[in-house]
Amino acid sequence: MAKRLSVLDAGRCVGCQSCMFACARRPGLGGLAASSIWVKSAGGVRKGYVVVVCRACPGPPCSRVCPTDALPLRVGGGVRLKPELCIGCRNCVEACPFGAVLWDGEHDKPEICVYCGFCAPYCPYDVLKMEEMTHVER
Amino acid sequence: MTRYPGCLPLTSPAAASSVTGRRISSRPAWAALVRRSGSSEEECPQGVDPMAPGNPIIMAVGPLVGLYPLASKTVAMFKSPHTGNLGESQAGGRSAVAIRMAGYGAIVIRGVSASPVYLVVEGSHVHFRDASALWDLSSAYTTGTIMRQRESGAGVRSIMRIGRAGERGVTYASVITETFRHFGRLGLGAVFGSKRLKGLVISGGRSLPVADRRAYRALYDQIYKAATESPVMKKYHELGTAMNVLPLNAMGALPTRNLQSGHFDEAESISGERLAAEYLGRRVACAHCPVACVHLGTLRLPYPKEPYFYKTSMVGYDHEPIFAVGSLLGGSDVSGIFQLLDEAEVQGLDVMSLGVTLAWATEAFQRGLISEKETDGLALEWGAYPAYIAATKRIVKQPNDFYRALARGAEYAATIYGGADFALTFGKNEMPGYHTGPGCHLGYLTGARHSHLDSAGYSIDQKAAATGKTLTPEDVAAGLLEEERWRQVLTSLVVCLFARGIYTPEIVFKSLASAGFVCTNDDLTRIGADILRRKVAFKRREGFDETTLRIPKRILETATPLGVIDEEFMRKTIQLYTENV
Repeated sequence: MAKRLSVLDAGRCVGCQSCMFACARRPGLGGLAASSIWVKSAGGVRKGYVVVVCRACPGPPCSRVCPTDALPLRVGGGVRLKPELCIGCRNCVEACPFGAVLWDGEHDKPEICVYCGFCAPYCPYDVLKMEEMTHVER
Repeated sequence: MTRYPGCLPLTSPAAASSVTGRRISSRPAWAALVRRSGSSEEECPQGVDPMAPGNPIIMAVGPLVGLYPLASKTVAMFKSPHTGNLGESQAGGRSAVAIRMAGYGAIVIRGVSASPVYLVVEGSHVHFRDASALWDLSSAYTTGTIMRQRESGAGVRSIMRIGRAGERGVTYASVITETFRHFGRLGLGAVFGSKRLKGLVISGGRSLPVADRRAYRALYDQIYKAATESPVMKKYHELGTAMNVLPLNAMGALPTRNLQSGHFDEAESISGERLAAEYLGRRVACAHCPVACVHLGTLRLPYPKEPYFYKTSMVGYDHEPIFAVGSLLGGSDVSGIFQLLDEAEVQGLDVMSLGVTLAWATEAFQRGLISEKETDGLALEWGAYPAYIAATKRIVKQPNDFYRALARGAEYAATIYGGADFALTFGKNEMPGYHTGPGCHLGYLTGARHSHLDSAGYSIDQKAAATGKTLTPEDVAAGLLEEERWRQVLTSLVVCLFARGIYTPEIVFKSLASAGFVCTNDDLTRIGADILRRKVAFKRREGFDETTLRIPKRILETATPLGVIDEEFMRKTIQLYTENV
């Protein structure tokens, strides 16, 4: 069964961005260019935070709008990135209603979650969790 | 990049005259540290008026920012309009990570704009936005909201801004970043205002290569584990620094009613324990810090014209704000304290200097040095928050000579109206919330920025109280110097001082090595001592003289947990510190 990253309760998020840095660190980089998680305030720190992750849609719009098939479907939901096919058009960024397709400006390619779960243990308040996907027929 | 009608090109004569970004990441660590700390003396002309265009603002980050957790502070260096000397103020929020992710080691701002602007730095692009319509907005919250809505980079940006206090030159005006963090002390907000600089939005999202990826991840985990599990960090992520209120009060070290006492009968009401149980609404973190020490209390205010209608706001609290506008003002009404803290946020004021200045004014009022003629009809009584809030608005508005004096702090006001003996300032900077013994006050007096965070003298006092050891001037001077030297290293990296128990010399070497910087223990010791010497040399160049440092009489009158402080002991320690610095 395929897994995906779930946001259990964004109301517990403190905005520390440990998950974002973890995502970039998995391939061994500091900084944020290589992160595919996005934590931002919900209209100022007073209002708490929004945690944006790829929800591994079964029929992902990012894949549908890719003109070069650089985002083929992953078995069980979500997509994979074939960087050699990507032309950097950003259609995928526009298509994702969650804003979960982030852009790596250094390589001019999307940052696509690989559903590895490396980030989740770094969340100090259990906001993120890797979960088995349950499909809903549509 | 959206361009707005009011966007001015960099070369516009209306734009501020100079912005310089420096990249330090390729420089060896020691050079970066010295360069960073030394940049004030290089950039700041001797004798410059702090409010003149020639006063530079330097905002610098360090080699660990963006790589390791809790290395999330920005250091701002400038000449302080409050003390007329070295200005240094540090803030967290998203400022440091945003500056590093935008590709900069430091940002230098000089000159003055012909009309109000705010600066936007997006990676290598710098924009000057017209801020003339934002000038004189009644609330710094609104300014932040507008910048947030107009600019890009949500989540990876810092939004720094000033309130009316900065625009109107209150010498202890702050720069607010991400609403609840501040470049609070020494008046950076007034320097922004003098340049007609309403704010600075900076964002970026680069990556930082490391020398050894495996070693980087392993060391990261070690630091992260210590940050989230170590007992040395527990106080920050549970009750927060407000947990200091009760222990300090129990030992008689909680400054109360302008330090007429070190004990506050109602301390329980303003304790970290009570605030957490009854008011804590949310905890938030600086970027890249899992500790989340920022405690936000809920302020629920009824609408007087209709029952069952409330306005609910969030107010940041910590030990220092609670001391400054709580015990020092003799007040235990949490709603009043929160409303005054909120007003300081609206106006963009350093809440510590505000509280100490209001405490001086209250005692001066009680002693008849000033009357309702000066206060413009306000009766300043201990714990009278409606009057304090009204006075705070007037400090910013400055309707008469008295409020113009208060807008320059307690020491200046005392030179006009008397009461210097109970004006609780050190090197002209208002005191923090510890009256633990001679060590804390010597730290405020000798510290390069006259802050409790310079050398943690309160810790020397508390250790002496716990062990029963009698302090000597030699011990205190040596202890302050050793701590202040090491803190130069930490605040150059730039590591949050709350993480000083985690970033031991061993961890500092290892983390610098993984960032590509090689240095030895001797290097760090030498760099720390050198930075401190250069700061002191800068201060002397600008007229600072340790031999004429004013010791407020009040601290010698009110007993500490270590007994009554002896002035001779203080002078001797200052002399020893000065000789050995």
